[in-house]
Amino acid sequence: MSETTYTQLLQLSAGLLLLCAVLIVWRRSLGAHIRLLAVQGWALAGLVAVLGLHEHSAELLWVSVLVATLKGVVLPAVLARATASDRTRAREETPLINTTAALLAVSFLTMLAYLVSRPVLALGSTAAVAAVPVGMAMALFGFLVLSTRRHAVSQLIGFLLLDNGIATVAFLTAGGVPLVVELGVSLDVLLVVLILRVLTSRIRTEYGDADLDDMTELRD
Amino acid sequence: MAIPVTVRRYAGVVAAAAILCAGVALDVVVRQSGPVTALGGQLRADALSAFMLTVVGAVGLTATWSGLRVRPNPAPTNAYAVLVVLFLGAMSLGVLADNLGVLWVAVEATTIATAFLVGHHGTRRALEAAWKYVVLGSVGVAIAFLGIVLLYAATRSAGSPTLSWATLDATHPALDPSLVRLAAALTILGFATKAGLAPMHSWLPDAHSQAPAPVSGLMSGVLLSVAFYAILRVQAVAAPVIGTGLMRGMLATAGLLSLAVATLLLIAQRDLKRLLAYSSVEHMGVLALAAAIGGPLAISAALLHVLGHGLAKSSAFVASGWILETEGTTRIEDLRLLLRRRPGVAVPFLVGVTALLGLPPFSLFFSEVAIVVAGVQRGMGWVMAATVLLVLGAFAALARRVAVIAFGSSADEPEQMSDSAPDWSTPGPRFPLGVALGTTAVAGFVAGPFAAVLTDAARVLGGAG
Repeated sequence: MSETTYTQLLQLSAGLLLLCAVLIVWRRSLGAHIRLLAVQGWALAGLVAVLGLHEHSAELLWVSVLVATLKGVVLPAVLARATASDRTRAREETPLINTTAALLAVSFLTMLAYLVSRPVLALGSTAAVAAVPVGMAMALFGFLVLSTRRHAVSQLIGFLLLDNGIATVAFLTAGGVPLVVELGVSLDVLLVVLILRVLTSRIRTEYGDADLDDMTELRD
Repeated sequence: MAIPVTVRRYAGVVAAAAILCAGVALDVVVRQSGPVTALGGQLRADALSAFMLTVVGAVGLTATWSGLRVRPNPAPTNAYAVLVVLFLGAMSLGVLADNLGVLWVAVEATTIATAFLVGHHGTRRALEAAWKYVVLGSVGVAIAFLGIVLLYAATRSAGSPTLSWATLDATHPALDPSLVRLAAALTILGFATKAGLAPMHSWLPDAHSQAPAPVSGLMSGVLLSVAFYAILRVQAVAAPVIGTGLMRGMLATAGLLSLAVATLLLIAQRDLKRLLAYSSVEHMGVLALAAAIGGPLAISAALLHVLGHGLAKSSAFVASGWILETEGTTRIEDLRLLLRRRPGVAVPFLVGVTALLGLPPFSLFFSEVAIVVAGVQRGMGWVMAATVLLVLGAFAALARRVAVIAFGSSADEPEQMSDSAPDWSTPGPRFPLGVALGTTAVAGFVAGPFAAVLTDAARVLGGAG
């Protein structure tokens, strides 16, 4: 792969990652969120594959297959099942801030991501390092979704967006973490999502819907 | 798939006993012949790991053994037995791994293992606690993972990618200071969430009050301590590169804030288990201050504090579970004069709380004094003055709330008291609580080999601080 193609493919996948993250903040339908997360998972797998081809690393190519399976297929399927039983209310109805404010926050957080990434950008001027702020921005958008949305599944989506952002930073700065850690992290994320899915359906049975504002019994 | 009742009952006890034996054996071996490695260097036990493994085993044994019922029913469910063993296993992996990434995976695995244990009772409150616990715990440690990733990137750009602290300590690669500063701040912030330090503590009282009592004891006694151990490791890795200023500031702030929050919320606390939970926030605050001070005295004292707090807190939680079982409530108002009515459950609870209050002869008194002395020696006099004031405040608040249980107020219907003899029975075995609290009482006095274990473990962290 020539250097130009590598740079272009890398920037393409990074751009796609960021676009999906912005669209997740913009849209309110949970179905759209889940499809966007799946696209983002594939974009991340593509990013890993491009890095693997560039560095001639068979390990990274295997990791990209793992990422595609987990983030492109399995996790979106788990989330889709979590909303399947809830056709009537598969939307985020009561976010704490409206869409305009959320999109303003997104542009602010993107600037913040560049600021936070300065120590990382000092590592070198390669194409991969230059794309690190994208990962930081995704992680910050994840926090935004987690802190402003009140539907249980929205919180799951925020968590996965945060996780995708951290994974993006990991692949861009260090070519991923050691394989044993990567496998452990993937398993942990999968289990956390499965647990939250089970808790979501229990919340729905218990309260009638999955709005977290109903959960106010524990306080001091 | 049904697991035989006997296996379900004793699985946790056997696992904890095995961990305790392994911990003590490693303590001995490491003292004689230096660190032990296994699995090609993935696992490594130095004096600190061996000490923490001993704590995991000792606290685990206290909580699981005294959690056994005297009557054979109800036996724990399959899921409960499996999850408790997984929880103990994940914490053991965490302290034995020589890799920040694997340590992270193990800490996150403890969240996974305890999620359903917190929600075990299946009530609305348990569900709410489990949800908050999993979301906040996972997001918190996710921040720590971002920090670990950046640290890995720093080692990679220095030419030798590694997450092993043994390697980093031996080779001292020239890491980029500004990147390590960002990495250390994020990692400490993340693990502090899991350690229950303010202002990221909000999951803790909910999770601790809703989980079954032995699980609360395990979470408070060792889960928080393992997260604190992760902070110590990160600090030791980062200190040679960026100095201690930033981390000292973060930890001292979090420590003082935790003490203040705990004191405020202890004052008006109405629930017994939440009372114990906020006492955990207080003690984690003390530990964070010890880490901020750094140096051999403060760290040895912190490790003694980890042991004393683990044993006393798990005993108190188990006793609070007995109180819930016999009285049907953990509301403090409903437990007036419990000491006279049911001394069997009230005595172990009150002894445990006395230890947690930091009264002599319990080791928490000596570790707290040593931490303050170390702080003053290292020029943190004003911070220590604030610490002493806040610890005294927390002492007064906690003592005032539990006094109700011991003495009640004079207006408490005396005629109700006279009709029955004091009930000395307990719903579980008393022996393990006696051993745990007895150990806490003597640990402060035992010099010699035990003190050497602590100082060896503290020396592992080298010049950190």
